[in-house]
Amino acid sequence: MVRRVFLPILAILAGAQAVPAQEGDPERGAVLFRQCNSCHVAEPDGPSRTGPNLYGVVGRSAGSLDGVRYSPAIRDAGEAGLVWTLETLDGFLQDPRGYIPGSRMSFRGLTELQDRLDVIAYLTGDAPVVHSSELGRLSPEIFTIEGDVEYGAYLSSECVACHSASGSDEGIPVVTGLDAEAFILALHDYRDGHRDHQVMTTVTARLTDEEIASLAAYFATLEE
Amino acid sequence: MMMNRRSFLGTTAALAGTLAAPAVLGQARPRAVVIGGGAGGATAARYIANDSDGMIDVTLIEPSRHYYTCFFSNLYLGGFRTIESLGHSYGTLAADYAVNVVHDWATGIDRDARTVALAGGGSVPYDRLIVSPGIDFKDGAVPGWSTAAQNAMPHAYKAGSQTELLRAQLANMREGGTFAMIAPPNPYRCPPGPYERVSMVAHYLSQNNPTARILILDPKENFSKQALFEDGWARHYPGMIERIGPDFGGANVEVRPDSMEIVVDGAVESVDVCNVIPAMQAGNILQDAALTESDWATVMPATMQSVMDENIHILGDSSRQGAMPKSGFAANSQAKVAAMAVRHALTDSRLFPARFSNTCWSLISTDDGIKVGATYQAGEDRIEAVDTFISQVGESDEVRAETYRESLGWYDSITSDMFG
Repeated sequence: MVRRVFLPILAILAGAQAVPAQEGDPERGAVLFRQCNSCHVAEPDGPSRTGPNLYGVVGRSAGSLDGVRYSPAIRDAGEAGLVWTLETLDGFLQDPRGYIPGSRMSFRGLTELQDRLDVIAYLTGDAPVVHSSELGRLSPEIFTIEGDVEYGAYLSSECVACHSASGSDEGIPVVTGLDAEAFILALHDYRDGHRDHQVMTTVTARLTDEEIASLAAYFATLEE
Repeated sequence: MMMNRRSFLGTTAALAGTLAAPAVLGQARPRAVVIGGGAGGATAARYIANDSDGMIDVTLIEPSRHYYTCFFSNLYLGGFRTIESLGHSYGTLAADYAVNVVHDWATGIDRDARTVALAGGGSVPYDRLIVSPGIDFKDGAVPGWSTAAQNAMPHAYKAGSQTELLRAQLANMREGGTFAMIAPPNPYRCPPGPYERVSMVAHYLSQNNPTARILILDPKENFSKQALFEDGWARHYPGMIERIGPDFGGANVEVRPDSMEIVVDGAVESVDVCNVIPAMQAGNILQDAALTESDWATVMPATMQSVMDENIHILGDSSRQGAMPKSGFAANSQAKVAAMAVRHALTDSRLFPARFSNTCWSLISTDDGIKVGATYQAGEDRIEAVDTFISQVGESDEVRAETYRESLGWYDSITSDMFG
């Protein structure tokens, strides 16, 4: 069995000859982290969006940040003693739902060790700090477009065929009760190719900025 | 009166004729009546009732108290679902949405009087009618087969007892026996359905009767998700499945239910289980009401109104609308557009541009899910595709497992979108 140990960012095959150490590149990690950015920020005192603020995640107990709507699976794992170390982060990032079945994190995982090392290096280091609104992907005006709630309600009927209106997230992530900014960012990310999912890419392809704002405005009216 | 009207109506179908009479309800509200409580009809009833905030009186006519979804019924054949998990009732629509649920057969539509006749007697008046009856089979489509033979050779293409029968026949099949499927010609309900079914039957047989074989007689040159299914069959069930297309007699098939034989291009072959999925047409009630032309009921794409009667909207499998497949997802999507159009017509609510979508998930084997889908819009006289996607051959196991998990989430979400 392969076990990975990071010293601090070294990968060693335990029980076998040491392989050439691979170093994580925090700057490359920052770029890779953009695919996480629709749901996570990593900044001191930054907000938790759909997922927790990941600043200082290394050393933190799983599911322990206040104000985050964790899945029961993550909370249970934390209560059972799971702490985010370099090693556990590596396992989780490789296959989120395999590592913690029931996790709400809708991310396929990073199959390349180097990619994981880079992201972990980024999360471990103090800098650089990335804030989603500073990425330049979306102009700030996008977040100020006033949505038409009634139109959003109509448009949302397309969403709830798959995303449970009752907030169940079995197999498909929950979209009710999302922070409006995170919602807008996520839909733009799918539409603009920063996030990849066949259905979401297709569904968002025809949404205008105003329609995304209307959907966000409508979903914001729903209780979790 | 003290009795809760909603629960009273929801559980007392026998009084349907009386309850629908305007005098009893003191009818001033406009009336929307829905025939058929499946993917299209249940969704339409729920959306009209919910979004009109009580301004529209909604009646849903559906003979069955328990509706079994055709979608996912193949997974029951494969052992991935119980039949119970596919069953849905109408209690929530009645109790939480104030839909008058009438458990009776709609036997006819009087388009001039704007009433629906019920088998139990009486009739239900409407201002707008939504008809979503699903499919019926074409008589004589497969020589030798009729609904009288459906116990010997089940279609299992309307879910419920037929599906259970096919599963029982599969389980009782002799060792090394032959499971035959007579596949339908286009267009038909659920384009990937027959081939997902073959996958699920193969899954069952590979575990319980591994020397059995599956024979598909297919009148079509090509079929939905063909490359994906054939790749999956080769990986999971090598040598088990044989498909005979039209070039080799797949379109020239006769069945003999009494002797469990099929005749392909004149050659007789004995089979052990025979799943006959005949050619389909719009539900009989639409044929009887003269709302169809050459088998299907043509609709206007922006509202799903019949081109023959503007007071009637036709949803789902029975409609001829253009580019959308006949699927539960499509019927659910069309129902939302029709519900909006009906509310606009009856209460002058806002009308938005019609937009539709569809995704069809299929399961090939354990954790090997695939999907195909598209977004649609209303064109001049038909629904047109906007963007499409499909799973790819060679995707990783993780992607396929994720696709299957997604389908489980979709099932829960769309059935609660339909039945509340």
